[in-house]
Amino acid sequence: MARSATTKRKVINTTAAWIVGLLIFFPILWTILTSFKTEAQAIADPPIFLNFDWTLENYGVVMERSNYMRFLWNSIIIAGGSTILGIIIAVPAAWSMAFVPSKRTKDILLWMLSTKMLPAVGVLYPIYLLFIKLGLLDTRLGLTIVLMLINLPIIVWMLYTYFKEIPGEILEAARMDGASLREEVFYILTPMAIPGIASTLLLNVILAWNEAFWTLNLTAAKAAPLTAFIASYSSPEGLFYAKLSAASTMAIAPILILGWFSQKQLVSGLTFGAVK
Amino acid sequence: MATQHSRSAARLMMAPAVVLLLGWMLVPLTMTLFFSFKKYLPLRGDSLANGLDWVGFENYVRFVTSSSFWPSIYATLVIVGGVLAITVTLGVLLAILLNQPMWGQGIVRILVIAPFFVMPTVSALVWKNMFMDPVNGLLAHLWKAFGAAPVEWLSQASLPSLILIVSWQWLPFATLILLTAIQSLDSEQLEASEMDGAQPLSRFFYIILPHLGRAITIVILIQTIFLLAIFAEIFVTTGGAFGTKTLSYLIFQRVLESQNVGLGSAGGVYAIILANIVAIFLMRIVGKNLDA
Repeated sequence: MARSATTKRKVINTTAAWIVGLLIFFPILWTILTSFKTEAQAIADPPIFLNFDWTLENYGVVMERSNYMRFLWNSIIIAGGSTILGIIIAVPAAWSMAFVPSKRTKDILLWMLSTKMLPAVGVLYPIYLLFIKLGLLDTRLGLTIVLMLINLPIIVWMLYTYFKEIPGEILEAARMDGASLREEVFYILTPMAIPGIASTLLLNVILAWNEAFWTLNLTAAKAAPLTAFIASYSSPEGLFYAKLSAASTMAIAPILILGWFSQKQLVSGLTFGAVK
Repeated sequence: MATQHSRSAARLMMAPAVVLLLGWMLVPLTMTLFFSFKKYLPLRGDSLANGLDWVGFENYVRFVTSSSFWPSIYATLVIVGGVLAITVTLGVLLAILLNQPMWGQGIVRILVIAPFFVMPTVSALVWKNMFMDPVNGLLAHLWKAFGAAPVEWLSQASLPSLILIVSWQWLPFATLILLTAIQSLDSEQLEASEMDGAQPLSRFFYIILPHLGRAITIVILIQTIFLLAIFAEIFVTTGGAFGTKTLSYLIFQRVLESQNVGLGSAGGVYAIILANIVAIFLMRIVGKNLDA
């Protein structure tokens, strides 16, 4: 009796959750489906769901016409570069805050966080001007630096949270055995922190890949990543839904897959450890 | 036991991150502050090399007295408020639903989280064209199927449309955080209340909701900071037309489109102050968590 009641409840829960889940996912699903249609089928009324002539033509057209590979390459360089650079700078900082805390550690951490809250638009012109003066406008190097800087606080925070969980006794033992500071960091701490560093890396690649303020405002033709490539579709030319869908699918697929792996780290990373 | 040696080494290791962030914060901030007191119209020949005229607080006054200021505050409040209301309410409900025993929980979770990983330009363009287009959009097809006249979403209902797009992007974030918080709820407490005969509704209001209080606050604060700064969603959908010009977007237009740097910078200072007010509350919570 009680058992059938719980089963019934489970069926209701499952049905409700799947309906909501599919509804939320629908725009992405629809985009992926549309990318395999012909342009005429893409706007057909009533809409066609599955029984259309599946084609890869749109992908070919997008790749050919808009030099897709260059945008993709820019995205990879900028997102990957800014994350790796950020981690190189953040590891020693997070290490020292976690293991040699001083009275000011907390203030420094909070101050770092506060730089993340500076509205980008408030400093748009100064950065724009500096970029022109330094020859960084529309370069991958310039964007890599800016994205590294805007994500650095999150990287430091995430690493700090992970390092904090490593027991200090292990480090003390190493020190007693005569390990130098450098050895301590590279041979003991880093291997233990690999999972933490990996998830920090993952989350920051996602954030940098999707960043759409600086990437739109500081690039033109040369260094533009996928965010800007997609934005160029905002002025439509004739029938273009299927091509827009193909371009969108290619732009979001890699990060969608990475993102699903990083679900767990996402919460502590994006709330600065306030929710775990 | 930190020795003197390891202390100075620690300081040295912290230096690159601190110096970089300090520079990233102070240099542009100082420049914005400087420009905000100057007349600076690069297109009309003003340049740093020739010196800029000091105009005192004129830019600050002109920014708030211009006819686009109050509409931009209105648009900002409506968008931020609307998105917060939708994402927090639906987020709580979704978190509770996803926390129930069911088949395929992992897959449903993935489906719900997915929109968060879609880049803003993609989600805005997909919604704009494939859903909200008054001729070929899916919503137009749906309206016609019911015999109604299609709505020109982004012009006739521009703010609700933007709220819908942005809520779709941020609902996963709220859900995920609230779900994490709900999972830390002691299930014995719930079972005990159930045995004592508490109705689902009172369980929700007296046990679940209070437990989620802190997580909800954090969701609201973090989202507010990001929502105050939304850009790409407006840039590719309406371009600031039809009453969707938020404070951030207005500043962007002043600075880059009409190249009135002084005026835009004064607006930038207002935006920075506004964001800081929100940030102070967030930092308090995060700071308290550091002590624990």
